Amino acid sequence: MVIIIDYNIGNLLSVQNMFKYLGVNSRISNSIEDIRNADKLVLPGVGHFKTGMENLIHSNLLETLSEEVLIKKKPILGICLGMQLMTKHSDEGDCNGLGWLDATTRKFQISDTLKVPHMGWNDVHYKKDSKLTEDFSADPRYYFVHSYHVQCNQEADVLGTTTYGYEFVAAFQHDNIYGVQFHPEKSHKYGMELLRNFNKI
Amino acid sequence: MSLRPRVIPVLLLQNGGLVKTYKFKQPKYVGDPINAVKIFNEKEVDELLLLDISCSVNQSEPDYNLIHEIVSEAFMPIGYGGGIKTIDQAKRIFDLGIEKIILNTSLQTNPDLVSQISSIYGSSSVVANIDYKKNIFGKHKVFFKSGTIKSEFNPIDWALKLQEAGAGEIILNNIDREGTYRGYDIELLSNLNNKIKVPVVISGGASSLEDFKNAIDAGASGMAAGSMFIYKRPHNAVLINYPSFNEFKNLYS
Repeated sequence: MVIIIDYNIGNLLSVQNMFKYLGVNSRISNSIEDIRNADKLVLPGVGHFKTGMENLIHSNLLETLSEEVLIKKKPILGICLGMQLMTKHSDEGDCNGLGWLDATTRKFQISDTLKVPHMGWNDVHYKKDSKLTEDFSADPRYYFVHSYHVQCNQEADVLGTTTYGYEFVAAFQHDNIYGVQFHPEKSHKYGMELLRNFNKI
Repeated sequence: MSLRPRVIPVLLLQNGGLVKTYKFKQPKYVGDPINAVKIFNEKEVDELLLLDISCSVNQSEPDYNLIHEIVSEAFMPIGYGGGIKTIDQAKRIFDLGIEKIILNTSLQTNPDLVSQISSIYGSSSVVANIDYKKNIFGKHKVFFKSGTIKSEFNPIDWALKLQEAGAGEIILNNIDREGTYRGYDIELLSNLNNKIKVPVVISGGASSLEDFKNAIDAGASGMAAGSMFIYKRPHNAVLINYPSFNEFKNLYS
């Protein structure tokens, strides 16, 4: 069972819709028990970093999540804001994050000719082998919408990059902790293959 | 490298059915929206726009059940517009899994709705749709309520005002060109693009990949089209279609 963590921030149902389509058992939940019993966890999210962190804190799930992710090493996938929340700090709201890996979230620093948010379809170049990215049927492209991006301090954590003005981290992986900046749940078969792989980890 | 502009089919909903209009008039039933979305899903479209043209006219609520059914079948970003007047309605739509709320008629009396929604969900989740056409003196005027209510707003000023209010994207929809295959209003697009920071999606009149190319050259971030993707010409038989990714790719190089 994949538990999609409900911390009162949008975009939960579309993730579940895709799991449903793939025949993967998933549930949207904010229960400590569900998180403990889950095989895998997904931390989705759209919106402001600070709001996301505050909601996570108010959800009273932080202690359970840290235990499951950092000690029991349960696979977790952060999507968009969910990925950013896993970093140590964000420029957005000058706010500390979960700090699950050595990375920070920075605002896009690009020229006036490119628009922010980075919104639309873009390519991802995967830099290392990972169970998340095995056996893709085609060159992947994904739907992005974000104004901030992750910067990994450990090169080894970078799973894939995308170029928009400059190269940034589109996907990371550190042990059991996975994050993607794009929206697999909105990225046709390219996203489906990724979520199916995540379920198989 | 800049982003590949998005190519966006527009689906007009009316009382639960899929319709297609001509210059905002003569709505013609063209089929079941769920079926159309399934086909667009298979064709891996960049994004979909769902516009319920019955809501503002009938003063009705969005058809949440229909939206839910559509979203369950669609694995691409979707914008929904039609009948959204309050932040609670917007929340219900977002909770169903829609990425973008499209506002239009309610902004005539309540432009603050843009900032209310964008402050919670982020500006990239709020799109302002601007329907406009020329008056008898050749001046562009903004229309509301599916083109039935004329205002004194000029589309460029209106777009800039809505950008300031927090709209993350503007759809520029030319009523006179809608359904006509005459090509986009490139002149107004490039005019607006010189003044505005947020992405602009152009709509109304598309008939070919060349129209998309012209729009890209004029700065469009997205090209919306209805008839082109729903009909097969010359007889406008209903045939859901969408060019392949490779055909688009050639446009951007």
